[in-house]
Amino acid sequence: MKNRRAIRKGVNLLALGLSGVATAIGLFFLGAILWTLIKNGVAGLTPAVFSAMTPPPGSSGGLLNAIYGSAVMTLIGILIGGPVGMLAGTYLAEYGRASYLSSVIRFVNDVLLSAPSIIIGLFVYELMVVRMGHFSAIAGAVALAIIAMPVTVRTTEDMLNLVPQGMKDASTAMGAYPWRTITSVIYPAARSGVVTGLLLAVARISGETAPLLFTALNNQFWSTNLLAPMANLPVVIFQFALSPYPNWQQLAWSGALLITGSILILSIIARVVVARLNPAGRR
Amino acid sequence: MRDGPEAARTPGEPVPALLKNTPAAVSRDIPRAAGRRFLSTGDDRKRDRLPAPMNTVAAIEARHAAGQRLRERLFRGATLAAALLVLLLLGGVALSLAVGAWPALSHFKLAFLTREIWNPVTDQYGALAPVYGTLVTSFLALLLAIPVSFGIAIFLTELAPVWLKRPVGVAIELLAAVPSIIYGIWGLFVLAPILQAHVQPWLIRWFGPLPLVGRLFQGPPFGIGILSASFVLAIMVIPFISAVMRDVFETVPDVLKESGYGLGATTWEVIWQVVVPYARTGMIGGVMLGLGRALGETMAVTFVIGNAHRIGSSLLAPGTTISASIANEFAEAVGDLYTSSLIALGAILFLITFTVIALARYMLMRLERRALSSL
Repeated sequence: MKNRRAIRKGVNLLALGLSGVATAIGLFFLGAILWTLIKNGVAGLTPAVFSAMTPPPGSSGGLLNAIYGSAVMTLIGILIGGPVGMLAGTYLAEYGRASYLSSVIRFVNDVLLSAPSIIIGLFVYELMVVRMGHFSAIAGAVALAIIAMPVTVRTTEDMLNLVPQGMKDASTAMGAYPWRTITSVIYPAARSGVVTGLLLAVARISGETAPLLFTALNNQFWSTNLLAPMANLPVVIFQFALSPYPNWQQLAWSGALLITGSILILSIIARVVVARLNPAGRR
Repeated sequence: MRDGPEAARTPGEPVPALLKNTPAAVSRDIPRAAGRRFLSTGDDRKRDRLPAPMNTVAAIEARHAAGQRLRERLFRGATLAAALLVLLLLGGVALSLAVGAWPALSHFKLAFLTREIWNPVTDQYGALAPVYGTLVTSFLALLLAIPVSFGIAIFLTELAPVWLKRPVGVAIELLAAVPSIIYGIWGLFVLAPILQAHVQPWLIRWFGPLPLVGRLFQGPPFGIGILSASFVLAIMVIPFISAVMRDVFETVPDVLKESGYGLGATTWEVIWQVVVPYARTGMIGGVMLGLGRALGETMAVTFVIGNAHRIGSSLLAPGTTISASIANEFAEAVGDLYTSSLIALGAILFLITFTVIALARYMLMRLERRALSSL
């Protein structure tokens, strides 16, 4: 009897210890990746990175055109995908609610949310690049918009659902039509939550590489033409990291550090805001 | 005058005759009986010229309501259109893939799925090697990731003190925010050399001579290959699986757990015999979600898999996956058949991931319903 109890206690300790080990493994990999990025990337973070164009092999240069291209495409992507996603999320949270149509849309949105981004790239390639006859920054931005949209739909719906029903009822009782209630009562109440969702969507699309490979492609030079190929950080990192040239590889590490740093900071800001919104710990 | 509901009012709109001569400053602050609007005197002369019937309270009220109804219809229509766009997008993706894949599929027929050959020079393509690579890497990744994710979920829900829960949980979630291309370069320059120097020789030495499974661990240690890709994928899906598992563990009612403890069970016994059976559907849903991620993951795999269109018997050999093939070759593919074959690969990937994700969502949805009904 005593023996059996000892075994049970031992198994318990072992299992819980292993779960601690599993957590340590997860944290270790996060640390290892960040450490690698900092170790290899910091050395190359000179002012030239922010002021010079991507160089040909062997000569010095920076990432300015790639940083600009990434910023432009991410911005256009979120400007298209964000509002559309917010409207769709509004429909699901306020108008559709439990209807059959909205449960179908919710399901399809979840599928899009986890769909491989390279498939989205293929879709936009067929949709825009083939039609236009050439790669273009706007095609890349549309691909990013399609990836940002389902994220925004999801977070908007979740955040609108957090607005107390009493506030909505009060507005309705004043005689306001639903559109007035939504725009004047619900949106302001859910604002920080919805903005957080947008931040998360920006974080998601600014590191996406696969959908840009054959939509925006790449461009070694400075270009502000949305109808032409445009440089962008992820694709430049991809190309430079796999090259045999040391200066390209150094730039790839610096770019990787930049992009990961900004995404992690965005994600942390978003999480802090959400934590403020729901002190009870609901995500 | 121009803020609030007043902003919607056009100048020169009629105002009830009673209030016509009230000074502007006062009349602005008089709410009308209807309660929704405030009055302004506006342009007197213009208003006086309006025909009498449009001057009455009832007429204004009717037009105001009509305007509200119109805006309501527009807003509702806009949200509905955006929501329908989600459906349209998925349909568009499926349709464009089907159209793009048609030339290859009609040329090679079903043999496309069963042939290993991939030769752009002779224009002969088959999907077997990438499909094999995709399935094997994802399967191995899950094999490695499930125990770790399970452990993390247990740690976060049952073990960690409250002050530790949040930072650790956020750190694990940040692992999911790291872009996949970062996993790619990290895998290629850091992980692959370590695997090549330390892990793979060990595997070859100890598992290589075994019967049956031995074939999986033979050949030279390349560093890059199926095994390395699986390893990187495992790290990438851990945050997804553990997040879902943590969430479903938290849906287990405390009463159930407390009755377990009340009977004298240890923490592990409560987890294994109460929490896990209750959360089983959700756990499987989370694993499937991770599988969906692993199947479609592109950049990280492209860096470390070696991009060889063949099926090696060894897990240490280079291979390819569907997404890696597309990422590597699509921009440079010349010839309609080549492009179409790559799109056909994409269509296969879409079908596989769609099925997996749909099943995962279905399971999670069922669990959600049960959680709601037990409240």
